[in-house]
Amino acid sequence: MSIFLVLEESGGKIKRASWEALAAALKLGPAHEVTAVVIGAQTETLAAEAATRGIGKVVRVEHPLLAHYTADGFSFALHDLIQSQNGTKCVVFPHTYQVRDYAPALACKFGQVLIGDVIAIEDGPIFTRQLLQGRLTGTYRHCGNGPCFVSVQAGAFRADEIAAQPDAGPTPIEIFTPTLDAAQIRTKPSEPFRESPQTVDLGSAQRIVSVGRGIKEESNMPMIAALASALDAELAASRPICDNGWLPLERQVGSSGHTVSPKLYLAVGISGAIQHLVGMKGSQCIVAINKDPDAPIFEVADYGIVGDLFEVVPALTEAVKAAKQ
Amino acid sequence: MKIVVAIKQVPDRDAPVRIAANAKWIEERELQWAMNEPDAYALEEALQLKEKHGGEVIVLSAGPERVGSTIREALAKGADRAIHIVCDDLRAHDALGVARLLAEAVKPENPDLVLTGLQSEDLGLGQTGVIVAELLGLPHATLILHVEKTDAGLKVKRELEEGWFQSVEMPLPAVLTMQSGGNKLRYATLMGIKRAKTKELRAVNAAELGEGAAPTVILEQVAAPKKQKSTQILGGSAKEAAVALVEKLKSEARVL
Repeated sequence: MSIFLVLEESGGKIKRASWEALAAALKLGPAHEVTAVVIGAQTETLAAEAATRGIGKVVRVEHPLLAHYTADGFSFALHDLIQSQNGTKCVVFPHTYQVRDYAPALACKFGQVLIGDVIAIEDGPIFTRQLLQGRLTGTYRHCGNGPCFVSVQAGAFRADEIAAQPDAGPTPIEIFTPTLDAAQIRTKPSEPFRESPQTVDLGSAQRIVSVGRGIKEESNMPMIAALASALDAELAASRPICDNGWLPLERQVGSSGHTVSPKLYLAVGISGAIQHLVGMKGSQCIVAINKDPDAPIFEVADYGIVGDLFEVVPALTEAVKAAKQ
Repeated sequence: MKIVVAIKQVPDRDAPVRIAANAKWIEERELQWAMNEPDAYALEEALQLKEKHGGEVIVLSAGPERVGSTIREALAKGADRAIHIVCDDLRAHDALGVARLLAEAVKPENPDLVLTGLQSEDLGLGQTGVIVAELLGLPHATLILHVEKTDAGLKVKRELEEGWFQSVEMPLPAVLTMQSGGNKLRYATLMGIKRAKTKELRAVNAAELGEGAAPTVILEQVAAPKKQKSTQILGGSAKEAAVALVEKLKSEARVL
């Protein structure tokens, strides 16, 4: 019985989310049963990095057709690898955009369903996911024959809690060459690009005032800008606000925008969907202003005001100004 | 272009959520329902493609009788006809089971393009579209904001993480899962609502599509989320709460 851990890289280095997935994999079995997988056209450096974590084995899934990510290339290559081994118990991934693009298809090739965006794993194994945009959690069990495919939410497992393995010998590294044919790869991706030049660096902001759907109308935005100005904070937003064009995309916080960790994060009229929370829950002090006392944002907030933001925000702007004098 | 749009009816995002007595799901009686937002963007993209290139937009939705209201909404916005997979307990299926139903209903239509939202706002599995593509043997792309028809097929704009994008080219037929925000959603006009009543809405029983495989993944129980932090709620009037908050931020959290 073995566990595959599929590592994802960015800029030639293994992503932090991949190590969090390792922490999750270690809840499913001991380190020596874990086989880490790196995928690409040239994976030597990645494999060397993967071999430093005391896991059982590293496999380099290498093929010229894997130089750029495609859903077809990755799912066929991993299908080939998993089929070549007997008794695979689990396949674990970080829940990245890339994984969301191909892992459901890979699982389907085995007649399985990915248990995606998992936030906790208990004995059983029982997997916890968020439902209804974070307003509920649900516990899931895998009950089919065949491997259990799991992807884990960014920040849910602690990469730094992986115990050092001083006694473990050097991790063996193997190369696996999947059978791939250019005709199998039906999509042609371009190089990634950005829309507009970055004029603000939210990542280094000390204080952020962030606004969500609760603001209702674009004409109400100056009220938020006034609070941000009083606090000497950067203005940011959840996705719907940027979708509406009320703030530029470069001010969006969340999985599709920026990940921030300021000293103060003040969320106004943001319910706190998972996609937003992953972008800001590492902030030192989180304040939420929302009319709904059950909004998920309060699960991560240090301070909260339950009330009408159209009354609270102007009062808060005044209170901040008064405190400065 | 003949386009099938798979849409899901989900609890309205502002509807209060109460856990059902058996803790298997939420209490559905008296719940308000709405079209899953990413699916609304998929529908919008389909309608715009039809306006540019001609063709037909067929809405496809699985669920109990109540789903009819969301299907009518899609027809009112401009879809030409609809297929309702009647399935009283959609949650008895896992994502593969639901995708099988959808794929079976899509097959005889032989569309050029299948669109759906990238995920649902209730279960949030984010896989149905990808599995439908796999079952139909079609290429797919996810998190799509914009679709352009080319001579060879499609060129789509795909969202990556942290503000990055990429273009992906692919042949037709294909399956795309749409991200929210790529277009502005239209409202149904009064005329549209009238017309919707006369459009074809074909009901197909899930059993006729060959349902039956046991799920491999089971949702056992739902619960209120565990709090990650203990939140100090500041009460009183707006002004009192604001003054108290500033005091806390200054002297307790020391972030001002």
